[in-house]
Amino acid sequence: MIVRISNEGQYRVDDGLQGRLNALDDAAVAAVEADDEDAFNAAFEELLQVVRTQGTELEDDDLDASDVILPPADISFVEAGEEFTGDGLIPEPAESAP
Amino acid sequence: MPGMGGRMSTVIKAKISRLLDRAEDPGETLDYSYQKQLESLQNVKKGIADVVTAKKRLQMQSQKLEQSVVKLDTQARQALSSGNEDLARVALERKNVAQTELQSLDQQVTELEAQQEKLTDSEQKLRAKIEAFRTKKEVMKAQYSAAEAQVRISEAATGVGEQMADVGLAMQRAADKTEQMRARADAVSELEAAGTFDDLTTLGPGQDDIDRQLSELSSSTQVDDELAKMKAELGSGAGGGESKQLEEGQGS
Repeated sequence: MIVRISNEGQYRVDDGLQGRLNALDDAAVAAVEADDEDAFNAAFEELLQVVRTQGTELEDDDLDASDVILPPADISFVEAGEEFTGDGLIPEPAESAP
Repeated sequence: MPGMGGRMSTVIKAKISRLLDRAEDPGETLDYSYQKQLESLQNVKKGIADVVTAKKRLQMQSQKLEQSVVKLDTQARQALSSGNEDLARVALERKNVAQTELQSLDQQVTELEAQQEKLTDSEQKLRAKIEAFRTKKEVMKAQYSAAEAQVRISEAATGVGEQMADVGLAMQRAADKTEQMRARADAVSELEAAGTFDDLTTLGPGQDDIDRQLSELSSSTQVDDELAKMKAELGSGAGGGESKQLEEGQGS
């Protein structure tokens, strides 16, 4: 799975990490719904950190398209409200899909 | 993928498909999208130049404010040493306002610098992808029929389109930041135009209202503290040196 962090770069992330990323994504959605900015920042920051540290950054001239596009790290809480809705940004892992 | 309902992904995908749809003849698509990519790279360069210009303007304004802070501080000392405490207070209030503006400007310049860095980085990635696309396009054109090459290259074009959208977002964020800063810079210019940071010895009638507003703007505690500190310094310092400085100040 290829994940782009907007204004930062693209990372190839092992598909096995999708469950963890999805859990953080859901936590971010829940925080937005609860209007809890601190909880959102914590979940979003961890989401980005997992991608950055567990993923491998793609070369600049790699032409692969991303499966998931995450907002920039400096996104405001208000902007986040437009992104993190419903199922969030990371697809639910296949095994838990109906 | 059912979960990918994020606004950002949707917007980016829409942009990419618009880009690819524009050329109707499959044979033309490759060259057309490459041409579009080069055009967008030009726009990015212009966007970066705009950010740099805005930043320079603010840095110049920041330098002017720094000079005002020094000048007002000197004038406060001069006023105090010649026994005019009211004038000293006005000078310190204005210095206070200038310092607050200065801090705010400097912080915004730093933020704009960060945006500029991201924009430049994203532009470099776009440049690399466009170059890779050009190479791939030529290889595909040589190896396959137009229709087949079209299919094989469209995914690569999507990769470039995604980077283009990313640069677009970085440009938008930098532009928003520049706009905010423009508003801030205009507010400072207005204060300057109203003579807020001017030589206090040239104060004419009708400045009372500005002074009243400034005393509301600046923290009176801070002004009081600074005034007290200045008094203590002047009290312990050599009186002769201060009055010499006062004359120099008035002459300028």
